Amino acid sequence: MGEAYKCAENVFLHAEKISKIYPGTKALDQVSFDLLKGKVNVLIGENGAGKSTLMKMIAGIEQPNEGTMYIGDQEVYFKDTTEARKHGIGIIHQELSLFPNLNVYQNIYMNKEKTKSRVVLDDKKHMEGARKVLERLEHPLDLNAKVGELRVGQQQMIEIARNLVEDDLKVLIMDEPTSSLSQQEVQVLFKIMRELTAGGISIVYISHRLEEIMEIGDHVTILRDGKYVADAEVKDIDVPWIVHQMTGGAKSYPKRDREVDWSKVENVLEVKDLCLPKQGGGYLVDHLDFELKKGEVLGIYGLMGAGRSEVFECLMGLHPEHTGEVKLNGEALKIKSISEQIDKGFALIPEDRQAQGLVQTLDIEKNCSLSALKRYTKGIFLDKKLEGEKVDGQIKDIHIKVADKKLPILSLSGGNQQKVVIGKGILTEPKILLMDEPSRGIDIGAKTEVFDIINQYAEAGLSIIVISSELQEIVAIADRVIVLSNGLKTGEFNGDEIEQDTLVLASYKGHHTEKKES
Amino acid sequence: MAANQKSGNNNKLMMTILKGRTFIVLVILLIFFSITADNFLSAGALLTVAKHVALYGILAIGMTYVIITGGIDLSVGSVAGLAGMIAGGLIQEGLTLKVFGVTIYCSVPLIVLITVLLGALMGMINGIVITKFNVAPFIATLGTMYIWRGFANIRSNGATFSELAGKEGLGNTGFEVFGRNLGGTSIPCGVLILAIIAVIAGLILKKTPFGWHVLSIGGNEKASKLSGIKVDRVKIWVYAFSGFCSAVVGIIATSQLVSATPKTGESWEMNAIAASVLGGTSMAGGVGTIGGTIVGAFVIGVINDGMTMCGVTEFWQKIIRGLVIIIAVIIDQVQRNLQAKMALQARNENK
Repeated sequence: MGEAYKCAENVFLHAEKISKIYPGTKALDQVSFDLLKGKVNVLIGENGAGKSTLMKMIAGIEQPNEGTMYIGDQEVYFKDTTEARKHGIGIIHQELSLFPNLNVYQNIYMNKEKTKSRVVLDDKKHMEGARKVLERLEHPLDLNAKVGELRVGQQQMIEIARNLVEDDLKVLIMDEPTSSLSQQEVQVLFKIMRELTAGGISIVYISHRLEEIMEIGDHVTILRDGKYVADAEVKDIDVPWIVHQMTGGAKSYPKRDREVDWSKVENVLEVKDLCLPKQGGGYLVDHLDFELKKGEVLGIYGLMGAGRSEVFECLMGLHPEHTGEVKLNGEALKIKSISEQIDKGFALIPEDRQAQGLVQTLDIEKNCSLSALKRYTKGIFLDKKLEGEKVDGQIKDIHIKVADKKLPILSLSGGNQQKVVIGKGILTEPKILLMDEPSRGIDIGAKTEVFDIINQYAEAGLSIIVISSELQEIVAIADRVIVLSNGLKTGEFNGDEIEQDTLVLASYKGHHTEKKES
Repeated sequence: MAANQKSGNNNKLMMTILKGRTFIVLVILLIFFSITADNFLSAGALLTVAKHVALYGILAIGMTYVIITGGIDLSVGSVAGLAGMIAGGLIQEGLTLKVFGVTIYCSVPLIVLITVLLGALMGMINGIVITKFNVAPFIATLGTMYIWRGFANIRSNGATFSELAGKEGLGNTGFEVFGRNLGGTSIPCGVLILAIIAVIAGLILKKTPFGWHVLSIGGNEKASKLSGIKVDRVKIWVYAFSGFCSAVVGIIATSQLVSATPKTGESWEMNAIAASVLGGTSMAGGVGTIGGTIVGAFVIGVINDGMTMCGVTEFWQKIIRGLVIIIAVIIDQVQRNLQAKMALQARNENK
């Protein structure tokens, strides 16, 4: 393209040979990018490929070290987000950046406050505007509700509303907006995205979920290791092509192929009538029955808020107020505390790696051995040698890529961090491993490895329950799937019965009665 | 790549300097005061410094544990004061049991034992209020700070116990030993106690599961809980340990003066916090070492005594102490940023 000065007719913004250097690494290396007008521009790549970095440049959050950006025939430089916003560029971050302590309209008008005679806040105008924009999104909300009390999906709507409330929006950058949305909410989001593009607004969409990209995307740009790899019209390509471009080699989810007659295998865990009351009536987990066999991988599928994580929390003793019967190897359990449950043979891989899985101030080794430290003692002191051996063994077993186990945990990539969390669970020598969204926020390569770990330990006789929101994933990994909806078990599928359509169907069953409410 | 390598090495050098910064400051201070103040580097003067340092050094060890869990203990000074009054009262007035109409005089070792156990109990109450009733550590210990100080005054109606030598006939002599020098040497007893507690606390923090649980709770309480760590129990023990340290300090301080006043330990909690922070303990929790805290305590001690010997007024001393603390924390932040940068760098190199 050379010294292209004027953007093509259908291009809103052109980024020319952008480089971004972080200390010790090139996050972006001479990447050029065309942001097409009125289209859903999709950016894909594994973690660390530079997608978010590129978007941060365009939104003015960070500034490139090299390269220039053009809008029309003008060169632009955004020294901060306000500057970018002036050109109509708004961004929705991967992690929501709302104010949970403020209400809906205050969030929407944050830093765009309307005032009466420049001093007093004009809340009437705020409410009016907020109501209008939410109506446009077909998502009316109680304007006085505290945002912290809303569901994640609703919060996402507020993020979008925030960007829409001023009329000059031309580009909306969405960084993994669906990672915490339910299937239903994703569909609403897609509808809104289509309306926005129809209205001439360009969207940049970053996601790890390939099915979604095929559904919503118009034009795909693929990055790998900070470099541009390929771009194409979505209608010309398919998922395997994307995966191939992203990874640089063909990789796909391993197919599960186990010939086991499960009826002959003993039950490790039996759960009967598990109930967890909801504040203000109803149940988060509604009279749930299920069992788990030795060496089985049981999937739990369901929408956000269906009560999946709560099942795990009950089993781990986080909700002593739950009722029902839980039997481990035929023996009824009194579930009191997490540490007792761990001693009895349960291990939990929590959903949120950063908030619940890792201790950021400790090194890799300690993060891995933390749950099992009590077991590695000589007298009152820690047996360093034994601890080291166990951790080394675990690192080898699940192929954690570690240069030195004494390095800080945050020096690892997301996928390897996740493996450390899994290793921590396995080091307690559990009988039952509970994994809550084990592949969230890690790239495809690491996902495949996590699945390998699951397979490996299941073959060795460990019973595993996996919660996942990703259909392909759960279909590939589970021997049996139960579907939760609104706390109820609405389906159970074995082997070949596990299909994406049936799972989705079942996941909505429990919602019929409450549809109006949401 | 070569440039990266070089900047990496520079970062590492920078890091080593930053990590040892408190120690470097201590050495610089020692050199500075040895030039400006006569006799500062003499054994006698240094032992005087050590004697002062022993007091808030011990407080700071307990405080370091508390701060590592992400908490704070404002009550340490008051616990020290009340502990001094308890010990002093037991020597001078004994324990009167009205029911039986008798007064019991305990031997000094027993008095010490009772006092430190009560100190640990006071700390434990902090821990229970914080964990079981969900009160923020700052508030809970602010409350107990007032309460223990109040009790210290009530014990004697504000008066001082000054007859702590004990009576041969009652078998309670020897209390002043904690304030004296070790027999035959010029090493203050308090310094020995500081050393013993420091070694034990250091070993527990880095060599036992309990210590690592303390560090992990401060790093990420939720993850620690989900890893099966009994967060509440660990925290209660940590506050109990801080109370124990405070009571030990109360005994030493009282013994040094050979009199117990309810004012003992007023505002010492600030010195303890300052020593911990100077020693690299992060107020955000999860990071800190006992060795660092001891060095931090010596920095404060050297500044205090050194400036006094140079003839700097107390008012200026306060200003300088304040500046040192703030600068220390600023450097701490720089170090943390650098560390994060290096982690990111390592992460990208591994790719």
